[in-house]
Amino acid sequence: MSDTTVQDTVREPAPAAIEAPADRVRRLRVGGLMLVFALIGLGLAIVTNGGKATFQLVSGDLQNNLLGVPAQPVAIFLGLLGLVAAGAYVVRRVPQKYSGWLAVVLGICFIGAFLCWAAAGKTFPLANQFQGTLNFATPLILGALAGVLCERAGVINIAIEGQFLVGAFTAAVVSSMTGSATAALIAAAVSGVLMASLLAVFSIKYLVNQVVLGVVLVVFASGITGYLFDQFLQEDAENLNTPTVLSAVKIPGLGDIPFVGPILFNQTILVYLTYLAVAVVTFVLFQTRWGLRVRAVGEHPKAADTVGIRVKRVRYSAVLWAGVLAGLGGAFFTVGYAGSFSKEMTAGNGFIALAALIMGRWHPIGAMVAALFFGFATQLQSQLQIIQTPIPGELLLMAPYLATVIAVAGLVGRVRAPKADGEPYVTE
Amino acid sequence: MSNDTTTEPAQPPAPASPVKEPAASGLPSWAVQGLVSLSAIVLALVVGAILIIVGDDEVKAAVAYFGAAPQDTLSAALTAVGEAYKALAVGALGGLNPIAESLTQATPLICGGLAVSLAFRTGLFNIGAQGQLIIGAILAAYVGFAWHLPPVLHLVLAIVAGLIGGAIWGGVVGLLKARTGAHEVIVTIMLNYVAIYLLQWLLTTTAFKRPGREDPISPIVDSNAQYPQFGDTRLHVGFLLSLLAAVFVWWLLNRSTIGFELRAVGANADASRTAGMSVGRAYLVAMVVAGALAGLAGTQQVLGTDLPLTDGVAASIGFDAITVALLGRGTPLGTVLAGLLFGALNAGGLQMQLQTQTPLTLTTVLQAVIVLFVAAPALVRSVFRFLPKERGSGAVLAKGWNG
Repeated sequence: MSDTTVQDTVREPAPAAIEAPADRVRRLRVGGLMLVFALIGLGLAIVTNGGKATFQLVSGDLQNNLLGVPAQPVAIFLGLLGLVAAGAYVVRRVPQKYSGWLAVVLGICFIGAFLCWAAAGKTFPLANQFQGTLNFATPLILGALAGVLCERAGVINIAIEGQFLVGAFTAAVVSSMTGSATAALIAAAVSGVLMASLLAVFSIKYLVNQVVLGVVLVVFASGITGYLFDQFLQEDAENLNTPTVLSAVKIPGLGDIPFVGPILFNQTILVYLTYLAVAVVTFVLFQTRWGLRVRAVGEHPKAADTVGIRVKRVRYSAVLWAGVLAGLGGAFFTVGYAGSFSKEMTAGNGFIALAALIMGRWHPIGAMVAALFFGFATQLQSQLQIIQTPIPGELLLMAPYLATVIAVAGLVGRVRAPKADGEPYVTE
Repeated sequence: MSNDTTTEPAQPPAPASPVKEPAASGLPSWAVQGLVSLSAIVLALVVGAILIIVGDDEVKAAVAYFGAAPQDTLSAALTAVGEAYKALAVGALGGLNPIAESLTQATPLICGGLAVSLAFRTGLFNIGAQGQLIIGAILAAYVGFAWHLPPVLHLVLAIVAGLIGGAIWGGVVGLLKARTGAHEVIVTIMLNYVAIYLLQWLLTTTAFKRPGREDPISPIVDSNAQYPQFGDTRLHVGFLLSLLAAVFVWWLLNRSTIGFELRAVGANADASRTAGMSVGRAYLVAMVVAGALAGLAGTQQVLGTDLPLTDGVAASIGFDAITVALLGRGTPLGTVLAGLLFGALNAGGLQMQLQTQTPLTLTTVLQAVIVLFVAAPALVRSVFRFLPKERGSGAVLAKGWNG
């Protein structure tokens, strides 16, 4: 194993460098998995019927802006390209640092071939697909970022689901009572911070096991929002549970870019806040002194303490800021998307955000990519149900979850959390 | 401790040393834990009382003229809390039927809790009891209604099918963790969803759909494959299997060789590896057995409590099982007691909802608050000053992500 670490520090390993056995196993396993997908893609291409696949580039526009492609030739081309990418990965004819891109190429080819197969002779709403991806991913990204902040500081956050729930609840109630979107978002953030402060106090002060704590806080949040819903919101829905859904704000200029513009830059303020959050969290964590401290107390609190960093204070601040993000993520469910609050409406999305955070290896960008992947798969499933494929809807619903298992087992593999993640810090 | 032998040689070697262990009280640790748990329940009931008062209609009405007659608000509040908790207690323990119902509710919680506990002790966080329970229920129900066999044999085969289903679903997690290092938290969460959608799909197929019904419901399990009931109650033999399962888990963890390995890996995976144990095998074994336990909970649902398979078969049992395991601190006995408590709260909660319109969601809050306080003994002690201090932290499960 020590060979690999030495290799990594050398600038560019020669293509003929001796491969450590563990790396070889990993390359063959990942490569094998890629080959399987490439062959499935090719198989789909072969059974694609000869019609034209039409992709709708602007949502709602069925006359213009259509992209028609001959389904089978394109699918076969993509299938072969994917096969080449997978093959290249297995025999390793490319420098190591590009091999990750081969997986990306294969992924795009596979999805492209799949779409050609599904859309042959039909119209596939491609713009809706990306729009929906962003919708599903927005709360996941915010939740995963909240998790990144907490866990980089050494506090496990399984309670994202609970923070979502109270955020969603508070945003709905405050929006209904005041009619103000700003007030609703601020209230959601505050309620997220309150939930996060429970996490912080119990884990940092009372040294409660953080996995335990997270699960309990989820149950607590679901109980308390459920109870308040039963006792108040249901009886007086008119005044308490009729929030105004945020309206989309088009950014001048950027919003006019063809295809991408309406999808990315004609969104609600919450989505823009999400873009901002990704950038800010990445910058703050890796470029500022506070970020360095957060990472230090998450990796080696004792060392951080020795050099004068106040471990507990840094942890409190990281967890509370995470509460802001998770609370906003929760607001998306009510004022950002669905409107009224209903019991347990976050439906496990907090746990999926947790999965995205682990898949993204505790990095904000990685977490965002994982969240987008999940959003894409979820949206694809509902689109395919609309255009009708031979696959039953329930099985399509499984796809994102199975894909995550395959991705985690086959591609991500052994991940390493921040070293002190989950370990309370006790000063002696 | 100075024992000066030159001056007083006849003095016995002073067993009554004035300096005792400062932290420990005279009580054994189980008694301290019991006291902490009881105090936690009391605190949770206080929190619940506040919620009842806040949500009660008559209290709301009385608050409107609080300035004029504050005693009305007070008495309305006391009445509301009193009635709700009385209904809760009567529903949980007030007679043979309520007790049977509490035990029925506890049955799958104990098995599910054991599934989570066992994985916990091996250093794995099994969020997947829900999925394992569903797959177990699917297989058990299928054997139960599709095959037609003599009594006893049919039930045994249906149970075995359920165990196998759960074991497979859990085993996949252990295998992936051992072979590829895939994080069990993600894999179990994802497999829960896969199981839910698999169940929904199966209930649309001819093999599982009850003829003549449009809604997703399976045929009723043959009477030969049903757990025998106790009298006229809903309580069935599955409850005894839960207790047996707890004994089995106790034996496995504390008396068997593999159990020693499981605990060693749970305590320190690196050290165990260095000592020559196979960490991967421990993960696999733990998840297979945990899955089988959750599968057993699945059989209790479809062969005992519910009979036909529906898409709501698992309710929130898999998730409640996590809180049960946490409250039980990962030990079989603790899990049984926690399961009984939660079962009683569920049964009582239903009665409370029926009689006083206090929503069932209140019991969810109670359960969460109890576990929260039990997990933070220092907090409970800061409220109840008289509680003795515990030896050790008592937090058997305290460990990080990297195990």
